[in-house]
Amino acid sequence: MVSAFIGLVWWLIDNTVANLARQNVATGFGFLDNNTGFDINQKLIAYDETSSYLRLLLVGLLNTAIVSVLGILLATVIGFMVGLARLSDNWLVSKLAFIYVEIFRNLPLLIQILFWYVLLIELLPHPKKSFSLWEVFFLNNRGLYLPWFTTLPGGGYLLWVLGLFGAGWFYVAHKARKMRELTGHNKAYARNYILIGVICLGGYLSLWGVPFEADLPALKGFNFRGGLSFTPEFVALLVALSLYTASFIAEIVRAGVLSVSKGQFEAAKALGLPTSVSMNKVIIPQAMRVIIPPLTSQYLNLTKNSSLAAAIAYPELVSVFAGTALNQTGQAVEIIFITMSIYLFLSLLTSFLMNTYNARVALVEK
Amino acid sequence: MSEKHIIVINQLDKYFGDFHVLKNINLSVAAGEKIVICGPSGSGKSTLIRCINHLESHDGGDIIVDGIPLDDRVKNIDHIRSEVGMVFQQFNLFPHMTVLENCILAPVWVKGVPRPEAEALALQYLERVRIPDQADKYPGQLSGGQQQRVAIARSLCMQPRIMLFDEPTSALDPEMIKEVLEVMVDLAEQGMTMLCVTHEMGFARRVADRVIFMDEGEIIEENTPTSFFDNPQNNRTKLFLSQIIGD
Repeated sequence: MVSAFIGLVWWLIDNTVANLARQNVATGFGFLDNNTGFDINQKLIAYDETSSYLRLLLVGLLNTAIVSVLGILLATVIGFMVGLARLSDNWLVSKLAFIYVEIFRNLPLLIQILFWYVLLIELLPHPKKSFSLWEVFFLNNRGLYLPWFTTLPGGGYLLWVLGLFGAGWFYVAHKARKMRELTGHNKAYARNYILIGVICLGGYLSLWGVPFEADLPALKGFNFRGGLSFTPEFVALLVALSLYTASFIAEIVRAGVLSVSKGQFEAAKALGLPTSVSMNKVIIPQAMRVIIPPLTSQYLNLTKNSSLAAAIAYPELVSVFAGTALNQTGQAVEIIFITMSIYLFLSLLTSFLMNTYNARVALVEK
Repeated sequence: MSEKHIIVINQLDKYFGDFHVLKNINLSVAAGEKIVICGPSGSGKSTLIRCINHLESHDGGDIIVDGIPLDDRVKNIDHIRSEVGMVFQQFNLFPHMTVLENCILAPVWVKGVPRPEAEALALQYLERVRIPDQADKYPGQLSGGQQQRVAIARSLCMQPRIMLFDEPTSALDPEMIKEVLEVMVDLAEQGMTMLCVTHEMGFARRVADRVIFMDEGEIIEENTPTSFFDNPQNNRTKLFLSQIIGD
């Protein structure tokens, strides 16, 4: 059995190599160093026509990652809200949630992606007639433009310090909560922390000036320049993936909450716990045991579904690497192998993180 | 409606859909009184005590607990729930928390008791239900009898003035019933106001000031345990007693 399997695999590899050799296709990963010769309209790292295919792979991977991570966050938030809304005693709220779920999970994702994309590029005006808010936010069929900033000398360091300060906030808030539980008093640690931070920041700014410069989007020629911009492809894909996956997550959350026995709700009520505490401390932690495994599947689905963006030319992994790069180089075997390996790696990573979390919330039995 | 009555129920009516589950119930409970409620299944006895802490809403009549009318005002319901503890047939401990965490959850989050104080109080009550050494275990690691005693301790941690018991021993193996009943007798001897739905007739004889017999949503008979068991007046009561006591 085992030897038959090994034999089959060897035959496949041997056959492939022989065929490639007959058609004079060079094998190997050397092509990754070549120039791509084309540019991309959304890149999180430096990239241009002279960059290599390896660089292109990274750009595509990062574009897949950013839409997946943001999509997972959004889908989780919307999914939990809709799932809990479906369980609401309020007739209108639960019916609205029901309609949401039935619409978004019953339409094919590709159609939803195209729908949002067409909506954005067809219904939104040209750059010259952009929708604008206070003349700093602009929305048109070329994308969404937000005010942003550029750093002057010293600004980078200040950003790091602010980031550390923000991280410190979580620690202080955690300590403050522990102290409240220990003593029953609010010692206002958190407030003092913020106060000290604001004073230090104010001192720094008044001594050395503001090390940032506003970067406002403005119409130059036919399009907007400057500011933080999102392409219509990115926005359409993010919206479609989040709303679609949220409808499945809503059902998972509902199933999870319903799996908690009625006695748990009653015990929490009988103890006088307010609904928010009983949800956060009693019901959701138990529901999570049922929610996490299918939730993990939805996260994996969302990441892999992001490859449908090839249909609207969002430059993610499949579109630019397994699409354009494959066409240009003809290295089909290598490129598909790399692409599949990356998705496998992303999926295993997600599963690993979720399983670690799942182990933490598991119940202790006899 | 005298001052010393801690629970007053007037002309209580309740329906489940078309089913008239409680019919014109009148009941007053004095502070410190122990009442045992019995009756065949479906007679409305559980529903009656579940109305007292508003796990079930009532459709007619009044319930006044400790001078506070039980109506749809959330503030009143919350106040009454913090005065009234409840023990369920299925224990309903929170399985993802240790015994100690089960006990301190409500004091910390409802009353704002500091955690060390709540823990000290919880250990004191766990001592009283005779399981202080299990404080750091999870409910799934305990026997049924131990779980039910934890459930009693959890209720006591809110320092209620009234305790409701909804068939507390019905889900237990026979050898565990005794340990739970002993804790309940203890509690009764310390002057807690108690309403127990139970068929433990030995417990009723020993502890109850009054035994109430319900059938088809009505209070059929109420009397002192001695008169109730030895000299039942109503035919339905006689039939019920002959069935549960047997011969």
